[in-house]
Amino acid sequence: MNVLAFLIPISLILGGLGLVGFLYTLRARQYEDLEGDSRRILTKTWDDHPKP
Amino acid sequence: MTLLASSSPAVCPGCIAAPKDAVPTTLPDARLIVSLPTIHCQACIAKIEIALNQYPGITNARVNLTQKRALIDAAPEVKASELVSLLEAEGFEAHELDPGVLNDTATHAAGRDLLMRLAVAGFASMNVMLLSVAVWSGATDVTRDLFHWISAAIAVPAIAFSAQPFFRNAWVALRVGRLNMDVPITLAILLAVATSLWETMLSGHHAYFDAALTLTFFLLAGRWLDARARSAARSAAEELTALEVPRAFRVEAGEPVEVSVANLKVGDLILVRPGGRAPVDGVVAHGRSEVDRSMLTGETRPEVYSVGHEISAGEVNLTGPLTLRATAVGQDTSLQRMAALVAIAESGRSRYTSLADRAAKLYAPGVHILSALAFLGWLIWSGDLRVALNIAAAVLIITCPCALGLAVPAVTTAASGRLFGRGLLIKKATALERLAEVDTVVFDKTGTLTTGKPRVSNWEELTSLQRSVAYALAKNSSHPLSRAVARKAASCGCQPARLTGIVEKPGFGSQAVSDGKIVRLGRPDWIGAHPKGDEVCATVDAGDGAIVNLVFEDDERLGAPEVISTLKDLGIHVVLLSGDRMSAVSKFAKQLKVEEWHAAMLPSAKAQFVDALRGRGRRVLMVGDGLNDTAALTTAHVSISPAQALDAARAASDMVLLGQDLSPVVEAILVARQATKRIKENFRIATIYNIIAVPLAVAGLATPLIAAVAMSMSSVTVSLNALRVRGRG
Repeated sequence: MNVLAFLIPISLILGGLGLVGFLYTLRARQYEDLEGDSRRILTKTWDDHPKP
Repeated sequence: MTLLASSSPAVCPGCIAAPKDAVPTTLPDARLIVSLPTIHCQACIAKIEIALNQYPGITNARVNLTQKRALIDAAPEVKASELVSLLEAEGFEAHELDPGVLNDTATHAAGRDLLMRLAVAGFASMNVMLLSVAVWSGATDVTRDLFHWISAAIAVPAIAFSAQPFFRNAWVALRVGRLNMDVPITLAILLAVATSLWETMLSGHHAYFDAALTLTFFLLAGRWLDARARSAARSAAEELTALEVPRAFRVEAGEPVEVSVANLKVGDLILVRPGGRAPVDGVVAHGRSEVDRSMLTGETRPEVYSVGHEISAGEVNLTGPLTLRATAVGQDTSLQRMAALVAIAESGRSRYTSLADRAAKLYAPGVHILSALAFLGWLIWSGDLRVALNIAAAVLIITCPCALGLAVPAVTTAASGRLFGRGLLIKKATALERLAEVDTVVFDKTGTLTTGKPRVSNWEELTSLQRSVAYALAKNSSHPLSRAVARKAASCGCQPARLTGIVEKPGFGSQAVSDGKIVRLGRPDWIGAHPKGDEVCATVDAGDGAIVNLVFEDDERLGAPEVISTLKDLGIHVVLLSGDRMSAVSKFAKQLKVEEWHAAMLPSAKAQFVDALRGRGRRVLMVGDGLNDTAALTTAHVSISPAQALDAARAASDMVLLGQDLSPVVEAILVARQATKRIKENFRIATIYNIIAVPLAVAGLATPLIAAVAMSMSSVTVSLNALRVRGRG
């Protein structure tokens, strides 16, 4: 059962990373315009280089 | 809120040409918001953003497709009206929005806060659930204790953070000595965590960390749905208000200058252009024109105003430009005073207790008593405090209103989403429940069952010469009656007569020369005709010796006859209340087959009528748009107003009809009835789960596994049942 000593922290850290990632997107206001963002990826405007 | 632009949002406020030398209105951060109701795809986004970002003075423009708006950071000299015409040239319908009214940041922040807590609770509950699965499948001794300790380390901080909204609401209720749904929730969560910690310390078998967290997660999900639906409704309602940018033209040194209505002072000279609404109360200083007072009185016949007449804020100038000297501005205008009266009447509304509150009133004491009895019973019978406390915690957890917390928001979110798609905006949280109880519908006439646009009713009585002369004269005028004549003529394929020297005389009519004879279209008394009856009339003198009266009637709103006949089929009593003349109302009522109608009703009479109906135990739905309806709108059990209504009327009503079509009213009643049925079903489902699980818990047979299964099952069933409202039709 020693493997638990690794597995539990690893699973917690991975889950925590997901949580931190979600909180980052939330704070960066990425959920303000879900419909628009799902459409924006279809345009070719910034395909070659990111928007400055 | 008064406005210069026309009442209808279909008419764009930016179209009122601003004078070239206008002083730009200073906006605090030069942030402009433009509403774009027709955008729908990525191509629209790209086209609009490119057009805006290339415009000189704009630093950044971004389209929000969900809200159908463009947010623009621009230099102060860029005016929204320029951008509106720019976007209209690109082929998009655009309206300027007043950024001062749109303060949805607060509601957004509340939604984000709930979502963050929801994420934390979700993360923690999943991790703890994984650990619990190991315990349920047979981990023993040290392993079980280790898993319990790890669960505790995750659960305690997670609950301390994410369950705060419940703790706060419960505290607020307890402090004033009341019980709400949050009290049993808080007690269950805290007791579960406390007993589980105690059990963990004593290396006991059962810990309810997962149950406490799952409970928090589901309940937060319900709260978040609720917050989201409400913020969507609020932002849509704010958008309607923001469309009416309060601008006025002040005459300074003989030149009209565009200023914000907030800057007007008593004594200012204000120009009201034809089609514009008086922004303040005042006395006419120059000009002569006809004024439409239907928003205030329901009366469809325009009145002639000339120098010295008093005009109230909200009245629409129809024909010639009028210059007013302001006598009351801002909060002192008659419009605002009437709106303030409505706010006082508003307090009567709070008598309604929502279904959820009624359920909580039954439920909260019951749960506490049951749990306390289980605790005492076990304490007396076994004499073991630890066992008794464990059982009490299990009872609270199992009965916890998880399903109840989801039952109402899930249904109302689904129902209001469906109605929003049909063009009906639900502003108040309990409006759907109240709408479901409706047995009487009271309609206002002008602007509600009718569009407020006149229609020629005796076109066939005219000779072809008279028709063509009337068409030619009407074509060149912006008077609503002239436009009605032009519409009618165009739809009949009539050819306009060739006229020369067309002159429009504001407040009288139009005049021209045809084959050396003077032809006229205008007020009957100007031409010298004496119409019989008191219908809305215009007179044509085609120069052939015979003068003829054109009779106008109000055009009925799209879907109005169908709505009334369907309502009658549903067994709902329909009443027509109007401030208009007897003859106009009786004709219209006959046309729509409404048996009960009352004409020439004053605003207070309307409210009294609705109040009397209520006194007889009727549940009244009031549908109205004018300022004369606002008191009745507030008195009624539930109310709907069209989006074209005055701001005060919209504010007083529970629901707003966004489109021109009236038919969503019937659908709203049907959906509301269905939604209420689902809510009650949900309560019943939750009760059945409790009836099965509570005896187990009281008997001490409930394990954390049973608690988790019962809770998840009831929550999922309730949510799925709620989603049935969205589908079908």
